[in-house]
Amino acid sequence: VNRRSLILSACVRAEFHTLLLISLYLLFAGHNQPGGGFAGGLVAACALALRFAADGPDALRRTVPVDPFVVLGTGLLVALVTAIVPLTLGGSLLDSASVELDLVALGHTKISSVLAFDTGVYLVVLGAALLLLEQFGGAEPEPVPATDALVSSTDEEPRR
Amino acid sequence: VPGSLVGVFSPRPLEAALFVLILGFLLLACAAPVLTKWLGPRVFLVAALAPAATLAWTLRAASRPARDVAVESVSWVPALGLDISFRVDGLTLLMLGLVSGIGVLVFLYAASYMHAGPGLGRFVATMLVFTASMVGLVAADNLLAVFLFWELTSVTSFLLIGTDDDKAAARSGALQALLITGAGGLAMLGGFILLGQAAGTYSMSALLADPPTGTAVEVAVVLVLIGALTKSAQVPFHSWLPRAMNAPTPVSAYLHSATMVNAGVYLVARFSPAFADTGAWRPLVIGAGVGSLLIGGYRALRQTDLKLVLAYSTISQLGLMMILFGVGTEATTFAGCTLLLAHGVFKAALFMVVGVIDHQTRTRDLRVLDGLGRAWPLVTAVAAVSAASMAGLPPLFGFLAKEEAIASIGDVADGWGTSLLLAVVAGSALTVAYSARFVWGACGPQQVRVIRDQDYRRPDSVVPSTWFVAPAAVLAAASIVFGLFPGAIGGAVERAVGSMWETTGHHLALWHGFNAALAWSAVAITAGGLLFWQRTAVERVQASAPQLPSAQRGYERSLKGVLGGADVVTGVVQHGSLPIYLGVILTTFALGAGVPLLGGVELPPLRLAHSPLQLVAGVVIVVAAAGAALVRRRFAAVILVGVVGYGMAAMFLIQGAPDLAITQLLIETLGIVVFVLVVRHLPARFEPVTLRGSQVPRVLVAVASAVVVFVVTLAVGGRQDRAVAEEYLARAYPEGGGNNVVNVIIVDFRGFDTLGEITVLVIAALGVASLVGVKRRQRRASVPAVGTGPDSSRDAIGGVNGEGAS
Repeated sequence: VNRRSLILSACVRAEFHTLLLISLYLLFAGHNQPGGGFAGGLVAACALALRFAADGPDALRRTVPVDPFVVLGTGLLVALVTAIVPLTLGGSLLDSASVELDLVALGHTKISSVLAFDTGVYLVVLGAALLLLEQFGGAEPEPVPATDALVSSTDEEPRR
Repeated sequence: VPGSLVGVFSPRPLEAALFVLILGFLLLACAAPVLTKWLGPRVFLVAALAPAATLAWTLRAASRPARDVAVESVSWVPALGLDISFRVDGLTLLMLGLVSGIGVLVFLYAASYMHAGPGLGRFVATMLVFTASMVGLVAADNLLAVFLFWELTSVTSFLLIGTDDDKAAARSGALQALLITGAGGLAMLGGFILLGQAAGTYSMSALLADPPTGTAVEVAVVLVLIGALTKSAQVPFHSWLPRAMNAPTPVSAYLHSATMVNAGVYLVARFSPAFADTGAWRPLVIGAGVGSLLIGGYRALRQTDLKLVLAYSTISQLGLMMILFGVGTEATTFAGCTLLLAHGVFKAALFMVVGVIDHQTRTRDLRVLDGLGRAWPLVTAVAAVSAASMAGLPPLFGFLAKEEAIASIGDVADGWGTSLLLAVVAGSALTVAYSARFVWGACGPQQVRVIRDQDYRRPDSVVPSTWFVAPAAVLAAASIVFGLFPGAIGGAVERAVGSMWETTGHHLALWHGFNAALAWSAVAITAGGLLFWQRTAVERVQASAPQLPSAQRGYERSLKGVLGGADVVTGVVQHGSLPIYLGVILTTFALGAGVPLLGGVELPPLRLAHSPLQLVAGVVIVVAAAGAALVRRRFAAVILVGVVGYGMAAMFLIQGAPDLAITQLLIETLGIVVFVLVVRHLPARFEPVTLRGSQVPRVLVAVASAVVVFVVTLAVGGRQDRAVAEEYLARAYPEGGGNNVVNVIIVDFRGFDTLGEITVLVIAALGVASLVGVKRRQRRASVPAVGTGPDSSRDAIGGVNGEGAS
């Protein structure tokens, strides 16, 4: 049974990439303006949730052909490495360094090593959301048993 | 830090080379699996280079003057006082010589013993890591580093015992060894920390030069001794060693006779000059030593598995070493060091012989073996010489050690000296008896003709190659050479003793004249010979004697007790009912935060709202929250909870916190999506709420926590101190390099917290994946069973949530 909404699907198609761009903007701008890796990752996750809601789990899998575990692991690894690298350079854990650059078209920019850490956070948030969508959204639910049966069998029953 | 490495390496090249050696071992261990694919069992010939290099290093270091003791260290975790520092003195050289010398031979032996197979690469690598940790253990000067290497030997021993991991006996034996030695190691760590705190240093040499005193130190010494006694398989912790015989024989020959089990003895030897007079030292060490000496010898006499004969014999011999080092005089230490070497040499050779027998004939049951003496003259000679050395027959190395032991114990003037001497002589008699039994059982005629083993291959049909026997033959030759020419090894012993005691110029010698020790030796040999001669009578007595309390059963019972206890505690703590979990959490919160509030709290003047917008947001939140609690449809409740969140986001925005607002908004949105996905699996409605007597506690908990939250929120508003925010605001740009303070806090000031939080997030995601995965599998499994209905596959989430929401 096709219960998808054509309108929703079309809207999502229109705004999906904009949302991803916004999420990247939040990630990059986060150090000086509202945003950051956490918020950026959440926006990206919301974009994927929209795609999921509009076109179903298969479309989501086509959009992000990467295993959520890989995204999670990469994020954690990036954050950990960024945290540890300063130790090997004689600094302390999570020390940061920054480079100021004049990018011709984009103007004066400062790139901080903090960005790498924030990217790790971004990826972990994104991976967790992907995993949740995939795990809970995968299969259509089975018909749920009647309420009475559920109540009588689970009420106050210790579960081991 | 790289700079300090350079600083350490330049002045003392010899000690620095020890770091390089250990690193080399570890690199070789990493390469071993690849090399194994290439070379098969011949990889051991390459791996033998590692102990060979150590042996060469040891001989080179031994050529320096004895007073030349150097400490070299690399600071590792300065905050914990943990350095990897090596101190090479006489005792260390003695141990290194033992570890590396026997190591070379065991590796060469393993090249013939082990077969190519999928686990071989891992086995070689583990053996190398073990060798490296053993070298580190005897050379380390920092107590915490000693502990680290100590545990590494326990872990590698665990892995090596469990080499045949498809055999249940090997797995449980490995686990038993790990649990017992690991528990002992933890006790020892506690002792080390107490000692380090009392002395103000974790450097072993500094600690032993100026030992602290006091009750804490007496407790610490007991803890350290527990570690040493478990590692050296002393009564009552000895049960793991016989079970460890499930390991391949090279492991038994190396770890469980000549090196790892000596670690406990080594530690006792190190500590005895400083702590032998402290508290429970002598009762504990000597008690365990005498018990092990006699019980090990008694048990060895009744084993029919040759490897078990040797295992119990090791327990017994280690017991004697414990006695010698535990007494703690210069003479007994001298005897102990000699025995340490002699035992390593003859016991490794005997294990190798058993391995050859097992490998060729496929049995090591001394009741089955037959005709080996005629068929394999070289093996028989090696076994006879090594066993004679173990029995302490002249003119072998073992005889020298036993003479020194008896003489030094005989010199102990105290009242208990005589009884100790009798115990040692009795132990020696038992040793003579089981040594004879070993040779007779392995190489003599078959003893009981009824026993047949269909796997058994007659020795004359499977003569071992010379290379297979050669390592054991080298060790047997060493037993003879060191016995006849004590000068060859005496220097090392004297140097080891000299590194701990003022020496009196005692020398190792084969002939000290007709003295009491020689007489006692004769008594022991005669008594042992009698025991062997009357072996059938002895067996009958042993069989009818009342069973001693078994350490094995004690271990099993305590393991069962621990697991049962964990089961009970888990059953109580992890009850599984969501209302109870929530109730505990909320009650704890209400009491923890509420009780301090009872003491009186200064509340700021109450205002309805700071702005009209705030009032609107507040009303929305309150209405949505009340609605969420009252509606009967799950879906509606989810949406209303989301509305509460959006209201909070609005509140943040009004207060001027855009970051919080954005995050809250996004989290709410995503939360609703996930909630909706989950709600699909649940009944559409909550069960009807009717107020019953049993719900009164729930109401009380709910009201109490609500009141506490309200008051706490108000009280926070009446803060008197300067806000933390001011400092963060001031430091954000100069130190964090960012204008967004919230972000700077997240990634910089509290960056470590963030690291922890994303780790938790990953773990939570994995938890979700595994829980949902389990549910899916259960559902799939229950599908074919027609008519089971929904009960078997009822999802845990649905049941718990339904209950909790009521």
